[in-house]
Amino acid sequence: MNGSLLEVSAVSVTFDGFKAINRLSFSIGPTELRAIIGPNGAGKTTFMDIVTGKTRPDEGQVLWGEELTRNLVGMDEARIARAGIGRKFQRPTVFEDQTVFANLLMAHKNNRSPLAVLFYKPKRQDIAAVETLAARIGLAEQIRRKAGELSHGQKQWLEIGMLLAQDPKLLLVDEPAAGMTLGERERTADLLKEAAKTRAVVVVEHDMEFVRRLGCKVTVFHEGSMLAEGSLDHVTRNQDVIDVYLGR
Amino acid sequence: MRDLFRNTPSLPVFIAVLVVFALGVTVLSEAYGLGVLSTSFVKTLGKTACLALVAIAMDLVWGYTGILSLGHFAFFGLGGYMIGMWLMYARTELIVLDSLAAAPLPPTPGEISDAIASQIFGVVGASDFPMVWMFAHSFWAQMALVVLVPGLLALVFGWLAFRSRVTGVYLSILTQAMTLALSLYLFQNDSGLRGNNGLSGLQNLPGADAIPQATISIWFFWASALALLLTYVVAAFVVSGTFGSVIRGIRDDEARVRFLGYPVEGFKLFVFVLTAVIAALGGALYYPQAGIINPAEIAPIASIYLAVWVAIGGRGRLYGAVIGACVVSLLSTWFTGGQAPDLNLGVYTVKWVDWWQVGLGLSFVLVTLFAPRGLGGLVDLVSHRLSPNRHGAPLGPDTGALREKEAEQ
Amino acid sequence: MIRRLIISVLLLFLCSVTAQAQDMTVQDVLQAHREALEKSSRRTIGPVIDAIADSGLPAARLVLERWRDREMWQRENDGLFFYGEPVDRSTERLFDFETGAEVGVYSTRDLDQLKPNSGIQAMIAAALVKFQLNDPDPAQRRTALEAIARSGEAAHLAPLRRSIPTETDPVLRAAKERTERLLTIAYGATDAERVAAIEHFRGSLFLDVRAALNPLVETRTVYAADLPADANIKRRLRGGSADLPVAEAFALLVDAGVVTPPPTVDERKSALIAHTRDGKVAGIPVADLNTQEIRDRAYAALAARGDVPAWDPAFSEARAVEDAPFAEVYTEPSAAVTEAAEETLRSINNTVAWNQVLDLSLDGLSLASIYFLAAIGLAITFGVMGVINMAHGEFIMMGAYTGYVVQQVIPDYTVSILVAIPLAFAVTFGAGVAMERLIIRRLYHRPLETLLATFGVSIALQQIAKNVFGTQVRPLTAPDWLDGALVLNDVVGISYIRIAIFVLALIFLGIFLFIMQKTRLGLETRAVTQNPRMAASMGINPGRVNMLTFGLGSGIAGIAGVAIGLYAKVTSELGQDYIVQSFMTVVVGGVGNIWGTLLGAGLIGFLQKGIEWFNPSNTLAAQTYMIIFIIIFIQFRPKGIIALKGRAAGD
Repeated sequence: MNGSLLEVSAVSVTFDGFKAINRLSFSIGPTELRAIIGPNGAGKTTFMDIVTGKTRPDEGQVLWGEELTRNLVGMDEARIARAGIGRKFQRPTVFEDQTVFANLLMAHKNNRSPLAVLFYKPKRQDIAAVETLAARIGLAEQIRRKAGELSHGQKQWLEIGMLLAQDPKLLLVDEPAAGMTLGERERTADLLKEAAKTRAVVVVEHDMEFVRRLGCKVTVFHEGSMLAEGSLDHVTRNQDVIDVYLGR
Repeated sequence: MRDLFRNTPSLPVFIAVLVVFALGVTVLSEAYGLGVLSTSFVKTLGKTACLALVAIAMDLVWGYTGILSLGHFAFFGLGGYMIGMWLMYARTELIVLDSLAAAPLPPTPGEISDAIASQIFGVVGASDFPMVWMFAHSFWAQMALVVLVPGLLALVFGWLAFRSRVTGVYLSILTQAMTLALSLYLFQNDSGLRGNNGLSGLQNLPGADAIPQATISIWFFWASALALLLTYVVAAFVVSGTFGSVIRGIRDDEARVRFLGYPVEGFKLFVFVLTAVIAALGGALYYPQAGIINPAEIAPIASIYLAVWVAIGGRGRLYGAVIGACVVSLLSTWFTGGQAPDLNLGVYTVKWVDWWQVGLGLSFVLVTLFAPRGLGGLVDLVSHRLSPNRHGAPLGPDTGALREKEAEQ
Repeated sequence: MIRRLIISVLLLFLCSVTAQAQDMTVQDVLQAHREALEKSSRRTIGPVIDAIADSGLPAARLVLERWRDREMWQRENDGLFFYGEPVDRSTERLFDFETGAEVGVYSTRDLDQLKPNSGIQAMIAAALVKFQLNDPDPAQRRTALEAIARSGEAAHLAPLRRSIPTETDPVLRAAKERTERLLTIAYGATDAERVAAIEHFRGSLFLDVRAALNPLVETRTVYAADLPADANIKRRLRGGSADLPVAEAFALLVDAGVVTPPPTVDERKSALIAHTRDGKVAGIPVADLNTQEIRDRAYAALAARGDVPAWDPAFSEARAVEDAPFAEVYTEPSAAVTEAAEETLRSINNTVAWNQVLDLSLDGLSLASIYFLAAIGLAITFGVMGVINMAHGEFIMMGAYTGYVVQQVIPDYTVSILVAIPLAFAVTFGAGVAMERLIIRRLYHRPLETLLATFGVSIALQQIAKNVFGTQVRPLTAPDWLDGALVLNDVVGISYIRIAIFVLALIFLGIFLFIMQKTRLGLETRAVTQNPRMAASMGINPGRVNMLTFGLGSGIAGIAGVAIGLYAKVTSELGQDYIVQSFMTVVVGGVGNIWGTLLGAGLIGFLQKGIEWFNPSNTLAAQTYMIIFIIIFIQFRPKGIIALKGRAAGD
């Protein structure tokens, strides 16, 4: 199992002459936890946009799957999501108008075609799975409440819960710890670590303490390409990384 | 079915109210009861039921899915045209057969067809049947077209628009352009649908000359009420389950739904086509009661009024759309019909015929500004519904998303 | 042929008359035709007029003028002719034509007045033309020339030609030569001179040239079996081809008497009715005759008995015309002339086509200017604030009505327009600011709600206008100096109002660019457009910027209203007619860029004119096709021609 699940190779994208991503290459294995760090404008979010199909790269390939047989470039977001890539945004984006249960049920892995959804009737095991998941993210009490009534941290968990309900092979998580209390952070880190046991997880984070808590391999982005890769201690000793972060 | 009732508390209430109302109208009607209600008023009620029906469609597409379509009256009108073609053909055929019966030779099929064509198209200076009338002789074929033509138009238009991810006001303007293009096309004499004359005499059902209009009007009222009821049930079914969750998700945050793996375009297209078909069926019931359909009926303004009804009634709830359509269209009829007493302000006498439109426009502004939940919001006051208090924070990151105070169900 | 013969005889006659002229007086000429003069009939008077006109006598013109003006009298006792001046109601003072000497005062009882009717008067006038062509007064000569150009006759040709060498005014001389050529095309004596005249006009754009050439190439389609040998055939045709449909060809055959048409469906039906006996036709009950097939069978039975004309069911018009010869024949007999005319018309049409393209472009440009003016305000508010203002059309209408009201107060159209433009701006600016403060500000970031709320304003404003100004069309009159059109030639022309609107559009483009690039408001507006939060943190008040931007956009709509009102009907629905096109312009052009709006307006303006050109009879269809085009266009450029890219697009 030393093969990769996702392999991004030599990808570039330009916005109005500004090279947001410059011949970036990146790969991750099927059950790996990875943190991506980098200063503002390093291209972290754009990288996620490319993998999830929101932004189409000007050149390069994004290969996917056990055998790396599928090229994700040119597929739309929904298909990429169905292929097994889940994404959590920086700001919690849950459907505030709907209950926690409805949010999770919507995310629950199922046939996504309109007609199938229209005539879908949740089976007993679907409901049980959703309730289990709610308990896992600590929202069992809130399951009938509207998502909009939750606290900020609870929304973050709900969103992570929705990602898990999708049962993706790869999880892309953008700044999960932002705005959380210390206790919530610990819990979030544990959730992610546990998730990474069965799937690949990529976490983009600014907070070095949080990254340290994750205790995983770290990739440093700078100006749209990879600057360094390795353990957190390894990359923080790297002179280039120090220069970038402190500013020469 | 039980799920449906559980998920939609308004459904039993709605059914009960509608049944009681229909019975009441029947008892008060000329045809089957006391004769308190005039035939024309029964017709107005029947037409209003059809408008409520298309308002539900509008609510589905706008209030639930967030697509502000300014073109749904195009489908309504097309439905009317499709049924109107059969009504006009069949009735003209009877008239022609009647007049040819006295001829020295019995007419040939060709002569009958020519006579019908010159009767129908005389006003636009033509005497041949255009291609679009090829099925007009068959009731069932035209009924199929009632569904197929608007459905296909919605499918093609929706596919083009959603595929290229046109959203928000762009999409609204595009739908408006669609209905404008259609009405301009129909205004031409050589469109094959009698140009600005439209189709007329639709209130006369072929072969039903012996039946008084009073009776026909109550039949149509029943049919309209039944159609409204069925539409309500279908709409409740669509919005109650996970499908409802998904389309409301699309309304609040389309991108997020996409990242959940749902083909957003497919869902939008489904709702768009479904509502187009509902609107078309509404039109097919409406125009035989109205008696005439012409291209002015599908001018962009009509579709915008549809949005007005739904907004005033309260969007994002099915009964809101029904309330809005009924209240606004009945009030409009009352005020513009000259029945409302003039308001004497001393210096100026307000004639409602002139000023109703102004009042409607301004009240619409006020509703949008201060009562986004519309008249349906009154229901919440009664039911003391608990709703989250998040001080008006946005429900989603989309700029077009609903605010908290409009969020429903 | 005959015409040419007449002309030569006339010329001969003319020469002989002038030869005798030396020893004759005009009285002699008149006396020679005394009988015809007294009779004064239109049929016989022609030679008399010619005789006088061609007599070459100096008094001839005077005679004709007095005669035309009913001032010529005949003395009853000796039959001599004089011209008279009325002394009172029953007496005339007579003068001699030749000398102008007074002859005496006579009672009208002793005189006969010559009263030419209007037909004869016209003939005299035509004869007078040749005198006027040589009149010392250039104005007279011009009038005469224009009369000839308007309705030229063969008889004009000779005097016109004779007047050319003595013409001193170079402009008039050129005009005379031109008119002479036009007359030569129609009435020239030889083919050679006609061909030369025709070829002279190659590529000319003037309508009168085309009017002179078109009759030469007129054709008629005929059955060509017994065509005269010298017929000027344009081409041979086959019956049933695209140029000659079967029905027309068959009608020609029938007209030529080559075939007898078989009884038509209606005739056969009448025959069946006429031969109904005891409810049966040829043994078939009438009730059964309800298909064409059975009717045909019944008719065949009747025909077999000889009761009705025979009818062959297998007869086909197509086959009848298949091998018959048909031809298109010129009415003009001379092949050389028609060939030259066709050639010249081809070259003219070529030039006309190019000029039509130019004319169409000018039309498109002016339409584009109107759309630009109507849409620019919308584009500003949409681009800067993301707000669709459905009441924009009503602001245009308010501007137009402001112009109308100003004209009621200030009667001078020039001054009133100059007052109306800033006033319209002020009125709609105020309305826009009020709407921004009262409505749009409260709905910020909710574009669909804004759209609906402004629609509410739109229907209210429309109805208020209807209540105040009524439903009838109110005139907004352009000042005199904007009347008329700049005519480049007979094909290309553009009205001054449209030019003015184009100039106005340019001015607004300039003003807009100036405001956006050079002023503080522009800087702040751009800042708010790109990043409202950042702009706010830098001390810019986005509320104020939005308010002013919205006011500016609305104000421009008001001015557009004045401009549109000058050539369109001012009604309460004026705005509605432009709002959808304005939306299209903004959508096609792309949001937030003035050049995009310009391109969008250009595209839509030119496209609409282009489609109208392909199908000129149907402007409704043109609009339909244009909207369909735009819907398809959006497929390929969902964000318009000029789209913001990347993060700035905010998606």
